Amino acid sequence: MAKETNEKVSKEAYAYTPGLKVKRAMTVSKTRRLPILGDVYVKVGDKVSYDTIIARTEISGDPEIVKASMLLGVEPEDLPRLMTKKVGDRVEEGEIIAAYNAFFGLIKKRVTSPREGTIESISDVTGQVIVRGLPIPVEVDAYIPGKVVEVLPREGAVIETNAAFIQGIFGIGGETHGKIKMAVDSPDDELTADHVTPEDKGAVLIGGSLVTMDALRKGAEVGVSCIVAGGIRHKDLTAFMGEEIGVAITGQEEVGLTLIITEGFGKMRMSQRTFDLLKSFEGYLASVNGATQIRAGVMRPEIIIPHEESFEQTSSDELAAGMVPGTPVRIIRQPYFGAIGKVVSLPVELQQVESESYVRVLEVELDDGRVVTVPRANVEIIEE
Amino acid sequence: MTTLRKPTEEMQYILATDVGSTTTKARFFTNESGEWRFVVAGEAPTTVEAPYEDVTLGVRNAVREVEELTGHYILAPDGSGIVVPYDGKIGVDLYCTTSSAGGGLQMMVAGLIKTMTAESANRAALGAGAIVMDVIARDDGRQVYQKIQRIRSLRPDMILLAGGTDGGAAAQVLEIVELIKAAEPKPRLGIGYKLPIIYAGNKALRPQVEKLMGESFALDIVENIRPVLEVENTEPARRAVHELFMEHVMSHAPGYTKLMKWTDVDIMPTPAGEGMAMQLIADTFKKNTIGVGLGGATTNVYSIFDGRFVRSVSANLGMSYSVTNVMKEAGIDNIMRWLPFRLDEEDVASRLMNKMIRPTTIPQTLEDLIVEHSVAREALRLGLKHHKTIATRLKGIQIERTISDLFDQEMEETYIDMMRIEIIAGTGGLLSHAPRRVQSMLILTDGFQPEGVTWLFQDSVFMMPHLGVLSTVYRDAAWNIFDKDCLVRLGTVIAPKGTASPGEPVMTVELEMPDGETVKEEIKFGEVKRINLAERQEAKAVITPHKGFDVGEGPGHKVEGTLMGGVAGIMLDARGRPLYLPEEEGARKELLLKWFHALDLYPEDKLKELV
Repeated sequence: MAKETNEKVSKEAYAYTPGLKVKRAMTVSKTRRLPILGDVYVKVGDKVSYDTIIARTEISGDPEIVKASMLLGVEPEDLPRLMTKKVGDRVEEGEIIAAYNAFFGLIKKRVTSPREGTIESISDVTGQVIVRGLPIPVEVDAYIPGKVVEVLPREGAVIETNAAFIQGIFGIGGETHGKIKMAVDSPDDELTADHVTPEDKGAVLIGGSLVTMDALRKGAEVGVSCIVAGGIRHKDLTAFMGEEIGVAITGQEEVGLTLIITEGFGKMRMSQRTFDLLKSFEGYLASVNGATQIRAGVMRPEIIIPHEESFEQTSSDELAAGMVPGTPVRIIRQPYFGAIGKVVSLPVELQQVESESYVRVLEVELDDGRVVTVPRANVEIIEE
Repeated sequence: MTTLRKPTEEMQYILATDVGSTTTKARFFTNESGEWRFVVAGEAPTTVEAPYEDVTLGVRNAVREVEELTGHYILAPDGSGIVVPYDGKIGVDLYCTTSSAGGGLQMMVAGLIKTMTAESANRAALGAGAIVMDVIARDDGRQVYQKIQRIRSLRPDMILLAGGTDGGAAAQVLEIVELIKAAEPKPRLGIGYKLPIIYAGNKALRPQVEKLMGESFALDIVENIRPVLEVENTEPARRAVHELFMEHVMSHAPGYTKLMKWTDVDIMPTPAGEGMAMQLIADTFKKNTIGVGLGGATTNVYSIFDGRFVRSVSANLGMSYSVTNVMKEAGIDNIMRWLPFRLDEEDVASRLMNKMIRPTTIPQTLEDLIVEHSVAREALRLGLKHHKTIATRLKGIQIERTISDLFDQEMEETYIDMMRIEIIAGTGGLLSHAPRRVQSMLILTDGFQPEGVTWLFQDSVFMMPHLGVLSTVYRDAAWNIFDKDCLVRLGTVIAPKGTASPGEPVMTVELEMPDGETVKEEIKFGEVKRINLAERQEAKAVITPHKGFDVGEGPGHKVEGTLMGGVAGIMLDARGRPLYLPEEEGARKELLLKWFHALDLYPEDKLKELV
């Protein structure tokens, strides 16, 4: 055995649980790609808005089969001569494409196009006409306003912007946009249906400690883009989504709005810092995404608020940020869940906690002056 | 490739790690006067989340703990990794690791027709324990670009591709192959990871599929899942999904390539290391064994039954990342039935959801610990259920299907007979870190419900995977540490099979203790009792079950044998098989408290405060 250590306190320890980003200003970049190859409409240096189409392509429209000969009451081989449109012709929805008159006009039968499109085929074997719908455009927008810094030929581009960046802990629903609107006055307040009004259509609505089921339903009903809150009840989330979450892989839900939870499940006061930051950008346009994947290669939901405020690019390497006495931390498990404080010391020796487990701990001085001992694994560093 | 930097006989220090989905565990071993022993453990959360996204950081944190606790420096001061070999001041002579950092298995399946091949593929994936994120079929009503978008945004770990009967549809199947290729799925596990694709479709197309996908993907070809329309053959695909997950997906994680450069021995998937340890136990004691590694993302079950070794990994049953999936699969009522105090359903669900979103946190309060122990019982129960579907007799693996029984999956019969299981062994963070060893004993008993006489073992501080990988290069060191420092004898459980009404007699046990004293215990239905018998001691026993109860020789028949002592001693379990838990909440809680009290399971004063 090598030399014994007499040190009883570590000088420094790495944060075990990464703190979620809550940044007033940073450079955010997003890669925007088409699913299939197409045309890119931007070039490096272009300024784009969140809804600027970066790239576009088309796929052929849906076909619709019209049983024309049956509708006319004729044999399939008679169909071609009764067609009023030929292969390749453009047709409007409801426009007559085949007609049959008999008995000097006493019997009149007409076949109309079920959709706007083109006549793709006329079969004298089956008596069917295929009307191909209009090409369907597939587009990718910029998602965030900013500057094009790289073009991916035939696929898309990379957009960069200066923005406030806030990560949530869990979310559902995909990308959307809206102006930040504070629905409550304090991070302790619950966001209930009463706080949601028709004027909130298209907004990113900020709540406090909890969003209720009624608020979610009303939000979806009035067309709120996104709701952000500290916590949500498990049963409300299950009811709102229509199914229970097993493993957190979200972002594809179609529930009428995007939901971002910043702290966790149950009633949880939104961190003051997050609340204040969002409040300071009230009225600003935000790009948000609820997609979450909690597994190796974690993805957390995000709120991006582009702005012009200048900021100094910090040169410090975030990965090197250690936990030392004085580091601000947040406790992320019972019995002090949500409490904020500063590291007092980092004892080396394992210590017994209430569960009787021996674990590595740290001492934290909470904002209310109490000094508590918690497992190191149960805190996250608050990035300042 | 294995390249040792020093001959094993000259080694002084060995470091082994297991990079789990949640925690990275470093174990430090030294050679003290010719005998290899475990010295100290260092643990730190696995770093797979931004901004870290590199598992080697978690390894460094765990090793730094070892350094702090021993004063022996191992990490290179310039941050380049672990110093190997020991240079007289710093470093270790051998570093090896296992990994399950990749976590659970979330995959996509694709087939031609939604209700036919795609449905069969879906069944095969579910049977392998995967979460199926999406089922892609030609007729699923979505445009090609929408399917591509789905594949890209979901970042599946693996794709099972089926379609076409043998010699049947060709062009349409190749269309799906092209679609997947065009999507260029970006795996979540970082650079250097080739996405595995299992092709279980029309066998006539294998050369074309290989040509299209061979280079960009890790392609595996198995028998057609639907060779003809009426026959479904999911078993080869299911086993391929399962094997590929264990061997390929689960060990990968961001930073894996860097970690590979640090090690002297190939990184081994955690279940491979655990499985070796479980086989070693079965070999040593020559008994039918069930082993379990209860992890954060997965529950790995191993059986050695009549000499046959089978392992299963339930990819989405675990104590952190997958904890809410246990809640979903088991149902919250089944978790709450193990709680002896009142907690609101919403409170329990919130705690588990909070654990899932912050998977590296650990219980500090007794209440939280008991909630996690309740989930563990259910994860074990479901894990064993899954294992039994893999440990089956090979009889007619093909199932004839008609349209009417498309959704009706027949399970093959398992050969695992709990009465004939003589050893249960557990490892994994929750079991190894249980503050009292008797807690592991009860959790294993409640989860697996052993019948008859069963010896229970557990991993002392979680190092079975470490010793598994170490044994591949230095067997003697691994065995010595395994025997002396790793394998904890919990004791013996005697659990008669049968059921009765509370208070009815179940069995009489007469023990001849090592000091010559005779202990006689009678036990009634619904009771548990604990008799102290220390580790490495044995007692001769005569077990006489009452009519209707079986301890191995048939109902009412006496059994004589040797009971193994352990840190938790002998547990007489007269709670019936299947285990009796009253439906009525008050009666159930009262009974649970009685058991906890009888076994001295938790600190009494703290428990009283909770009730």
